[in-house]
Amino acid sequence: MTLLFGRLPIGWLQLTHSRGRFFAAVAGVAFANLLVFMQLGIMGALNSSTEAPYAMLNADIILSSKDGNTLTDGGHIPRTRMFQALGVAGVTEGTPLFIGNLPFTLDDGSSVSLLSFGMDVTKPHFAGQAIAPLLENLNIESTVLLDEGTRGMPALVIDDLMEGGRFSFETGGNTLTAVGTMDVGGGFLADGMMIMSDQTFLRAFPNRTSGAPNHILIHIADGVAVDTVVARLTEAIPSSNLRIQSLQASANSDLVYMSTERPTGIIFGFGVFMGVLVGLVIVYQVLSTDVAEHLREYATFKAMGYGQPFFLGIVFEQAIILAVFGFIPGFFVSLGLYAGMVSFTGLPVEMDVNRAILVFFGTLAACSLSGAIATRRLANADPADLF
Amino acid sequence: MTDAPITTRGLDHYFGLGDARKQAIFDINLDIARGSLTVLMGPSGSGKTTLLTLIGCLREVKDGHVQVLNNDLNGASEAVLVDLRRRLGFIFQAHNLHESLTATQNVLMGLQVHGSGNAVKQRKAAHHILDLLGLADRRNYLPGNLSGGQKQRVAVARALVSNPEIILADEPTAALDKESGHTVVQMLKSLGKIRGTTTVMVTHDPRILEMADRIITLEDGRIVMDKLQ
Repeated sequence: MTLLFGRLPIGWLQLTHSRGRFFAAVAGVAFANLLVFMQLGIMGALNSSTEAPYAMLNADIILSSKDGNTLTDGGHIPRTRMFQALGVAGVTEGTPLFIGNLPFTLDDGSSVSLLSFGMDVTKPHFAGQAIAPLLENLNIESTVLLDEGTRGMPALVIDDLMEGGRFSFETGGNTLTAVGTMDVGGGFLADGMMIMSDQTFLRAFPNRTSGAPNHILIHIADGVAVDTVVARLTEAIPSSNLRIQSLQASANSDLVYMSTERPTGIIFGFGVFMGVLVGLVIVYQVLSTDVAEHLREYATFKAMGYGQPFFLGIVFEQAIILAVFGFIPGFFVSLGLYAGMVSFTGLPVEMDVNRAILVFFGTLAACSLSGAIATRRLANADPADLF
Repeated sequence: MTDAPITTRGLDHYFGLGDARKQAIFDINLDIARGSLTVLMGPSGSGKTTLLTLIGCLREVKDGHVQVLNNDLNGASEAVLVDLRRRLGFIFQAHNLHESLTATQNVLMGLQVHGSGNAVKQRKAAHHILDLLGLADRRNYLPGNLSGGQKQRVAVARALVSNPEIILADEPTAALDKESGHTVVQMLKSLGKIRGTTTVMVTHDPRILEMADRIITLEDGRIVMDKLQ
């Protein structure tokens, strides 16, 4: 380490001189890391469960009701919009998409809600890659595909379905039969998801009509820019209640809505902020105490001719040591807690590399900031007081 | 001014501001010869420590002039002061060793202020001076495990290891027994003879007074006696 700094690693020696305090400081940073990781993990789960249903779809443009907030939380639009859209240059095909929530009572008496998607199963090219090949199974009336991760569903049922079995259940007076599974995972939106044909959907939701779907999915011709067609559609369909956007833009605006307008998003954002604050305070406390305790030594070094950069170097060296040593346990404990959360809640809480890198550099930045504040105390080291 | 390593002309120094402003030293004029061992004496509050810190570039010189190694300290920039301090060696009354560093590492701090340099050479130099001061078997001890006298000798080693041109010491032998106090002063004297190192020391230790080249007595901030031996 002497080689690394071109001097003795005083920051390191100072920190590790009192083991107990060093351990407490590292634990503090690790704890702050843990807080941030947990909040980001849940926020990530929220985001991925917002995006999850989009994986079931395959379209270039989506027409939605303007009063809707997200894909799964919105009003209806008239199906005639689809025919209007088909008249626009560049549009090749369209299909209505129905979305609704079905309650389902489990054997143990508890109730789960199943977010149900109804679409024309003869047009599998409007479905996501993983689901498209399965859609032909849904030609038979009252059959559905059930999400593997459906909360509360006995594992036995899912296992059986995956091995080609069937599972019939009653909901709202109708009997539906699951003939297969799909892997969507939408923990925050509902307990589970189902996909079915539009005919089955209309049977399961007697108060819905075929003339009023939730969305209309549009495919456009090759070689035409999505934005161009969106602009044409906007011009061709002068409806004040219609939102026309690319599927990607719709997913993005759902994310923005969920993370900025829904209380959940704000709560987790606030949680991250609190975690960072806790870390800042802990590191500042440790570093400034350390500076205060070594004022005499620093004054001696000043008298010997060491300049300000030397002292700043010590404090930042300590800040970085705390950041690195705190991050490592924080990261691994977070991995453990993520796994625990997945098994308890079924939420898609996963560690991704970008988040780990982000938190690591955030930790470095926060520790350096604390260090920078702590260095103000260095001014108190006055060599004239030594005599 | 002369080419003496330390020169003062009309040096005054005040503490405090406004009504509380109090003059600590009055019109000090001194030329301290190269290679000499000068002792500053006087009762407490006589201004000897203030004078020492002014010469040591640790306090700002405001009235009058102090010239150290051909640099006028009045109005000198912080960079010049930091640079000058590296050419001085301080021995404090309290040892002021860094508790987290071993004896050798503390001594190395006195060398690394001049740049990282050759680590092996530096370590050798640090060991050599510790050996000279009778600390060969204490090289890797932390200050917490050394006696008061041993700590003070480490502090002396730290001040001397980089061959400073001027050594400023405040009661350096207070914590030392007769023998090691004698060793330290003898070392300073021979450094003066061989290398021309100039030493200014605040002390009341009669054993040292005998060995000093010059004894300056201060009272109430003024020089009342200046005796060459």
